[in-house]
Amino acid sequence: MTIQQFRLPDVGEGLTEAEIVTWRVAPGDPVRLNDVLVEIETAKSLVELPSPYDGVVQSLLVDEGQTVDVGSPIIAIRVDSEADATPDDTTGTRAAEPTTVPHPVGAAAAERTAVLVGYGVSAQEPTRRRRRRALSARSADTARPADTARSADTARSADTARVPHPSRPPVLTKPPLRKLAKDLGVELAEVRGSGPDGRVTRQDVLDHTARRVLPTPGAPGLAAQSAAQSSWSTASTADDAVRQDERVPVRGVRKATAAAMVASAFTAPHVTEFLTVDVTGTVELVDRLRKDPAFAGVRVGPLLVASLALLDAVRNHPDINARWDQENQEIVRFADVNLGIAAATPRGLLVPNLKASQDLSVRELAVALNELTVSAREGRTRPADLAGGTITITNIGVFGIDAGTPILNPGEAAILCLGAVRRTPWVVNEQVVPRWTTQLSLSFDHRLVDGELGSRVLAHVGRFLEDPMWGLAMR
Amino acid sequence: MSTSTITSTADLPRTSDGCIQFVTPDGQLRTDASVDHDALGRLIRDLYRGMRLARRFDDEAFALQRQGELGLWLQCRGQEAAQVGSIAAVRADDFVFPSYREHAAALWRGIRPADLLRQWRGVANSGWDPEPYSFHIYTLVLAAQLLHATGYALGVQRDGSDTVVVTYFGDGAASEGDASEAMNIAATNQAPVVFFCQNNHWAISTPSSSQSRTPIHRRAAGFGLRSEQVDGNDVLAVHAVTSALTEHVRSGGGPALIEAITYRMGGHSTSDDPTRYRTDSELEAWRAKDPVTRVEALMHAQGWSDDAFLDEVQAEADELAARTRRECLALQAPDLADAFATVLADVPQLLQEERDAFVAYRDSFLD
Repeated sequence: MTIQQFRLPDVGEGLTEAEIVTWRVAPGDPVRLNDVLVEIETAKSLVELPSPYDGVVQSLLVDEGQTVDVGSPIIAIRVDSEADATPDDTTGTRAAEPTTVPHPVGAAAAERTAVLVGYGVSAQEPTRRRRRRALSARSADTARPADTARSADTARSADTARVPHPSRPPVLTKPPLRKLAKDLGVELAEVRGSGPDGRVTRQDVLDHTARRVLPTPGAPGLAAQSAAQSSWSTASTADDAVRQDERVPVRGVRKATAAAMVASAFTAPHVTEFLTVDVTGTVELVDRLRKDPAFAGVRVGPLLVASLALLDAVRNHPDINARWDQENQEIVRFADVNLGIAAATPRGLLVPNLKASQDLSVRELAVALNELTVSAREGRTRPADLAGGTITITNIGVFGIDAGTPILNPGEAAILCLGAVRRTPWVVNEQVVPRWTTQLSLSFDHRLVDGELGSRVLAHVGRFLEDPMWGLAMR
Repeated sequence: MSTSTITSTADLPRTSDGCIQFVTPDGQLRTDASVDHDALGRLIRDLYRGMRLARRFDDEAFALQRQGELGLWLQCRGQEAAQVGSIAAVRADDFVFPSYREHAAALWRGIRPADLLRQWRGVANSGWDPEPYSFHIYTLVLAAQLLHATGYALGVQRDGSDTVVVTYFGDGAASEGDASEAMNIAATNQAPVVFFCQNNHWAISTPSSSQSRTPIHRRAAGFGLRSEQVDGNDVLAVHAVTSALTEHVRSGGGPALIEAITYRMGGHSTSDDPTRYRTDSELEAWRAKDPVTRVEALMHAQGWSDDAFLDEVQAEADELAARTRRECLALQAPDLADAFATVLADVPQLLQEERDAFVAYRDSFLD
């Protein structure tokens, strides 16, 4: 005869506890397999628990109203023998004294412990980490047959150095490091792992690379390394990281941008002025145009209104649309406004321009801006579009930035910078009200543009953006 | 006539709202049902046995879950007639794509209790090799099995085989886009599929009334499927309509849908508490239409059963329950190395190497 304890199961996929609501049995009651023992309430529902045993109730281990953890014994049932747990098998020897079996029914279940999800794990499964057979001692150049390596005699030898072998267990490491090793041409099995359980760490891979490549001056791909770097590296200890800086050749647009910016920044004395304006009117106009059937299919944004504003400022202050001709010691006033738009493209920063943009209608300008930005984004800006600009707008507002001090496109006298359009408190008629505002900045070449002209141009742009209907009416 | 020889549904007895029914909920054979009495008597005993065994198995599995031996169980209680009536009406080599509640159909096909339970005990991802049973593993992401069935049926079509593909799903799955896609693709290709919908009235806690404004069988008709609605708790009616529509499909008539009106007597799963969303009176109304007691009443009234037969089935059910418990408690985790063998038909070199590496790794442990 044995006493079986029934532990509270998790009846609902991840429950950790339940309340004992009503016992349906009392000590001394006979119970049959699957008779209801108790009603419990979980976080999910009221549930009846059926008996896993045939037998007699020995004792109730938990009172009604108590909340118990999953896995706690709740009832002890006296059964004739363990085998009685299954009704089809009634044979079994009766022990003289009851013995307490603190686990569920059956040989397999008796060794199970309750876990978060209903069925238990076998008690035989170790809670500690499984022990590995130690990998046998060997030097790196003596590969041995796998079965010898795993033989019991050599299994416990101390050295755990790993050598590559097709049938060896895989090296413990993380997928990104496997890729790193592959990229570096490192055989992971050759790397000594310093992490837990011999796990190979990033540092291990890098150290291995350092040891491997440095004494090999002719290694492919490393020919460009200078002797100085080699000696530096050799001098360092093996534990030092070899974190190599990446060196990217300067080509194409990057090279052109660098040359242009140096030429501009160190020849034209730059002045930058700032103006914060209420652009609620501009926002409203943009909304209106977006809804207008005449603008269907045309992207309309603040850049369009800013372009109109700058063109209008140039109309009123043509001296801003000019350049300094150092060679001839002349100021060149451009006949046309070739309006450049700074664009971040896959190739890098490009400033394509709209030729004779002063002659375009509002809609034509919108379409042209569209075409220009789409072409730039798709990398099909024509060289002609990049040449001959006279004045530029850069829109850093699209990146959420308020203002900057732009550097002039070489050969131009001014560049207008648009900030982000934000909702800000603004004083209108002595009332603080929320308005759309933005910061404008204008850099200009002080050789030919004085503070007065620059200020007037920026003020004109600001006024236009504040009241674009006025601006268009005055056009 | 015997229901298995029925090839047309035109003459089948129907309730006033067009639902095919042979036996009323109180076990009376409908007067408009013309049947071969002896043949039906033999058939009904087989079907009853299948239903009783399924219910006993289902109850035992439910108890095992409540005793902490299964992580989860989805009861088929109340749907035995829909499942047994249909699976008994198709050919043994007709390929079945079930949801996860088709225990009665699975047992009918000979799938062992241990195989039905291992997934729910958490020792394996699925229970059995579908091929020998022509019964696919359970689908957990519902409505996917309709697409699997349709795709399989397109293959059957190209093989020139006369196999019919049967897929089981519920009213909940019918609301998913996959179901509509599957029905449409099956219809446009005239694929040999029988879509067997067990409308058990509840998609977990969502009632069928808030899922569809029209009966599901009418929706199927809209896709161009031959469709019928049947009393899903009347095993004879289910058998008859499944026989008829399966032959329709087999003879090249294109896909069909059967909507079996039934009821899920248990919760959605052992983690569900159905009392939170449905009333006791609804449950009682359906208990009065129970598919098993209906057949018991019918057999008694028609003189098709006696105590010896009932005792025999009872004994068999008890033995099945004991076996179910025994097999459940003895379930072992599978050898993970087997996973490599069941993924691809031809094991490529790389996979073989990975398997060998895994086996070497597994064998590298002392304990």
